[in-house]
Amino acid sequence: MRVRRRNRMLLIIGLVALCAIAVGLTLYALRSNINLFFSPVQIAAGEAPLDHQLRAGGMVKDGSVERDGDSLEVRFVVTDFVDEVEVHYDGILPDLFRDGQGVVVVGKLTEGGWIAADEVLAKHDENYMPPEVAEALEKAGYSPADYRQAPEAAETR
Amino acid sequence: MWAFFHKLGSPRWFYAIASRFEPWCWALALILIVVGSVWGLVFAPADYQQGNSFRIIYVHVPAAFLGQSIYIAMAVCGFVYMVWKIRVADMAAAMMAPLGAVMTFMALLSGSVWGKPTWGTWWQWDARLTSMLILLFLYIGVMVLRATFYRLESAARAAAILTMVGVVNIPIIKYSVEWWNTLHQPASFTITERPAMPVEMWLPLLIMVVGFYAFFAAFTLTRVRSEILRREQSKRWVQDMFREKC
Repeated sequence: MRVRRRNRMLLIIGLVALCAIAVGLTLYALRSNINLFFSPVQIAAGEAPLDHQLRAGGMVKDGSVERDGDSLEVRFVVTDFVDEVEVHYDGILPDLFRDGQGVVVVGKLTEGGWIAADEVLAKHDENYMPPEVAEALEKAGYSPADYRQAPEAAETR
Repeated sequence: MWAFFHKLGSPRWFYAIASRFEPWCWALALILIVVGSVWGLVFAPADYQQGNSFRIIYVHVPAAFLGQSIYIAMAVCGFVYMVWKIRVADMAAAMMAPLGAVMTFMALLSGSVWGKPTWGTWWQWDARLTSMLILLFLYIGVMVLRATFYRLESAARAAAILTMVGVVNIPIIKYSVEWWNTLHQPASFTITERPAMPVEMWLPLLIMVVGFYAFFAAFTLTRVRSEILRREQSKRWVQDMFREKC
């Protein structure tokens, strides 16, 4: 009886381990498909295909956002601090969209070198805090993204 | 210690022990969830970037925790059932599944509602979102698979094997945000680091998380008790108990 139980246990563990290995190898093989978006450097180097749906990720360059007065049209520059790419978009921007925000743009690269975006997504980081804490951090010379690394400033609010 | 577990394995003992703990679990769940929701939704400060929409975290995070924890609990029950043939473990796995599916669905739904204003999209095929959707399909698959068998024992065995194989998905959900570039942000809470939010924000969240777990315990105890009565209705002790009550 004990031997049968042990055998069943080994069989189950073996089965689960095999499945884990199979899934692990599949994901490893697919890793570039699962995460990729093009950075401005890659676009500048000509790695991104023209006229195909693609994603580009980076930061909104400070002061680059130009809104059209009487439509939803907006132009801004996405940068990775090495190269930049201009984005044209006509639609509603997410609440978090602002200068310096990480964004992912879905659209097509045109021959003029700018992206005609169908969708603009803002990326949110894992930091949450009340506005007063964010202010205190900025006064102390940290950015809100350093919340975890700047405990003293956060606590002396 | 072992004697206690063996006793738990007997439906009659489990029924008795569960009846003792059940009201406490319900009371704890009710108090914590009421306190946590009022604190989180009304008194906690708003976020500096997202404003009030961040408050969805007080439902989203506990639901996502439970969705994954319930799956792990089902897999442990399946393992216990397959190795030791303890029927109570199978009943527990069967009774937990719908709650796990609902919690996973709630996490997906609340995340989607939050994602629309924050990210600008209801849904992206991002690794975290997709692996969570697979978890929902696993729950549905396990429940459907169980329902297709007429014999209890075949149903239990098939469900246990599918559940255990599906556990592979849990670490993928957990680490998806670290292994790949995803739209979903990394975890705000880890065991090793301090939380990425101040105490007046995370304390109500902690209360909600504990409250949800208490709810899970209470829900499972109640359902397993009625399942024991249903499956053991021809047993002597069940009939005696009903005779006493009537």
